[in-house]
Amino acid sequence: MTGARTTMLATLRGAIGRLEAGLSPRPRAALGHAEVDAALQGGLACGAIHEVFAEAGRQTAAATGFVAAVARRVMRRRPLLWVRQDFAALETGGLSMSGLAELGLDPRAVIVVRAADAAAALRVAGDALACDALGAMVMETWGEVRALDLVASRRLTLAAQQGGVTGLLLRLSAQPAASTAETRWLVRAAPSPPQPDWLPWGAPVFDVELVRNRHGLTGRWIMEWNSNECLFREPAAHPQPVAAAIADRPAETPVRPWRRAG
Amino acid sequence: MPTDRLKRLSGHGGGPDDQNRLRRPWITVARLNNAMQIASLDDAAAALGLEPGLPLANARAISLELVVHDADPAADAELLNAIADWCDRFTPLVALDAPHGLLLDITGCAHLFGGEKALMQAACAGLARQGFIVSAGIASTAVCARALARVQHGRIVATGDEARAIAPLPVFALGGDEAVTRGLRRAGLKTIGDVAARAPQEITARFGADFTSLLRQALGQQDAPISPRKPLPDYVAEKRFAEPIASNDAIIPVLHALVATLAGAMETNGKGARRFEVGFFRTDGVVRLLAVNTAQPVTRPEAIIRLFRERLESLADPLDPGFGFDLVRMCASVTETMEEVQHDLDRNVHDSAEVSALIDRIAARLGGRRVVVHLTHGSHIPERAVIEAPAQHYLAEAMRAEWPARIAAEPPRRPLRLLERPEPLQVIAQVPDGPPVRFQWRRAMHVVVRAEGPERIAMEWWQHEAHCPTRDYFRVEDEAGLRFWLYRDGLYERETAQPHWYMHGMFA
Repeated sequence: MTGARTTMLATLRGAIGRLEAGLSPRPRAALGHAEVDAALQGGLACGAIHEVFAEAGRQTAAATGFVAAVARRVMRRRPLLWVRQDFAALETGGLSMSGLAELGLDPRAVIVVRAADAAAALRVAGDALACDALGAMVMETWGEVRALDLVASRRLTLAAQQGGVTGLLLRLSAQPAASTAETRWLVRAAPSPPQPDWLPWGAPVFDVELVRNRHGLTGRWIMEWNSNECLFREPAAHPQPVAAAIADRPAETPVRPWRRAG
Repeated sequence: MPTDRLKRLSGHGGGPDDQNRLRRPWITVARLNNAMQIASLDDAAAALGLEPGLPLANARAISLELVVHDADPAADAELLNAIADWCDRFTPLVALDAPHGLLLDITGCAHLFGGEKALMQAACAGLARQGFIVSAGIASTAVCARALARVQHGRIVATGDEARAIAPLPVFALGGDEAVTRGLRRAGLKTIGDVAARAPQEITARFGADFTSLLRQALGQQDAPISPRKPLPDYVAEKRFAEPIASNDAIIPVLHALVATLAGAMETNGKGARRFEVGFFRTDGVVRLLAVNTAQPVTRPEAIIRLFRERLESLADPLDPGFGFDLVRMCASVTETMEEVQHDLDRNVHDSAEVSALIDRIAARLGGRRVVVHLTHGSHIPERAVIEAPAQHYLAEAMRAEWPARIAAEPPRRPLRLLERPEPLQVIAQVPDGPPVRFQWRRAMHVVVRAEGPERIAMEWWQHEAHCPTRDYFRVEDEAGLRFWLYRDGLYERETAQPHWYMHGMFA
């Protein structure tokens, strides 16, 4: 084949690839929180990498809860592979299946991989993202991970794009670094809104900061996870029922001008 | 064999001093009845008239040249196992005959090596090259062959000829226990022929039925199968090399060829295997075994090769070819009938097959216990309510597991992260059983804003832990919105005067 024809074919292939990519945009999973979904242009992109950072060691449970909730939104009744580094479990406790079930995830769909170190976890993550039968993949690492540089991040992104699996990187006790992730979140626990006396607190509430978004705005919101509907929402302003507005007559009698009759 | 092991360890020098040292009598000693006694000895020591059981002091009095080492039965057993691995090249049925013997069932294998005699020569030459002194015998029953090997090296006895061949051998060659052998000697029965000439009922009455059956086996009148170390694999393929392969690059093509042979054989029978084991036999006698397991039976060669690649790459100590491998053998076991599934129409089947293939790959690299699914376990103690199980074997069971349904509109009752071991806390709380007001955990002070509890969980008194106190669990939230699950260990004044508090988990 001559050089010109090869180039021509390559150009055409590229053009077709671009057309197809444009025709079938990556599916997005709406999180349920109206403002967040607006910032994300409809929802969290599937088949991409998202990073979740926990501010300090003590915020790990909140970050884990947020990741689990997001995974529940994107996995669509398919298995979830949770890859975790041994040290993370030692430091902040293991992932409890009963706790996941309380958040609305089905523990039967969760497969946990215990990796000895971050490098092993990274390799498993790459394999898992390429397996299109999975719903989502979570990689939980502790501390700074030297192996997770820009090249590794790019590799994960490509694998996620090809496999269509959403990858959530839970980075505990780490500082954000350059990466090719679609979004980057900073998660803290938020105090519960006022509750009736008989409830200590309600649903899990997160103080979520979207610090990086490749295709949209960033921002900071309070998000509450509803384990029954498996949706995020804004925390209710009035958790206790208030008196309903009166329906049968207007609250105020309209003042009508007197008019002479007869 | 113990002295051979020690000589192999110390004989690497090859200088004249070493040679002299190797020629001296070697013994191993063990402490028995508070005295050091000879446990084993080599030919040079035996020629001096030493024998097992002789006190070390007496032995030293007989010869000043003795090289004395401590007996190490564990190392001997390990070595015997390694030799058995090496003997796998002749037959898959190799049994250990502790402490220093091996039994090989060569039925149907001899012709592959040019007959029984050639096989025995090859085995003995191979072992002698590795530094062992071997005595071998071939007969139609294991006991007969063992008796021959103990007395004379290299006898081959044809079927039906056992009684005549074994008659002149001394009774200790039978391998009965010490008391029996001594009893036979005292009765004046010196050779096996003498014993066989007596009526069987007399022998049974005096020495027991076990000895009679041993004798019948030795005489070839009765046969008992040997108990091989490993179950017989269902499919075996092997490749021998006239010129040992010494580079790791050559291994993968060899594995390809072996897998193709195995897969072809299995496919013809409609079978798939869940365990593949490959043995690399080094020319110097070292055998390295690698195994991969799969969740579903497989026959596809690419899948098997991929697992072996993962396994090879993940080895902590890489496969060392040394002077080269002269035999590579692959076995397939745990075979099951393959049900051909139409993949493209049923997306679910396809998915579960892909997931289990992924699990297999990860398990081959990290080890099967590192990929886990979770099963419920009928216990209300939080750390025991859920058990981890290897995903390769329990994936289907985990999919069927019944999990307790969560109560709708109720905040989470169980934490998302559970500490593997509860951590002690310093707590200020109301007595006797109020919730904590403030507590210190990991050197940080938390002020409790909201608390709910107690949820009282009693230990399982019907298990062996009657002494464990009852736990009162509280769900608390601090000022920053962090939520914790902590418990008071023991009921105030009823079980303990000063209950301790522990942190057990964190809620999202």
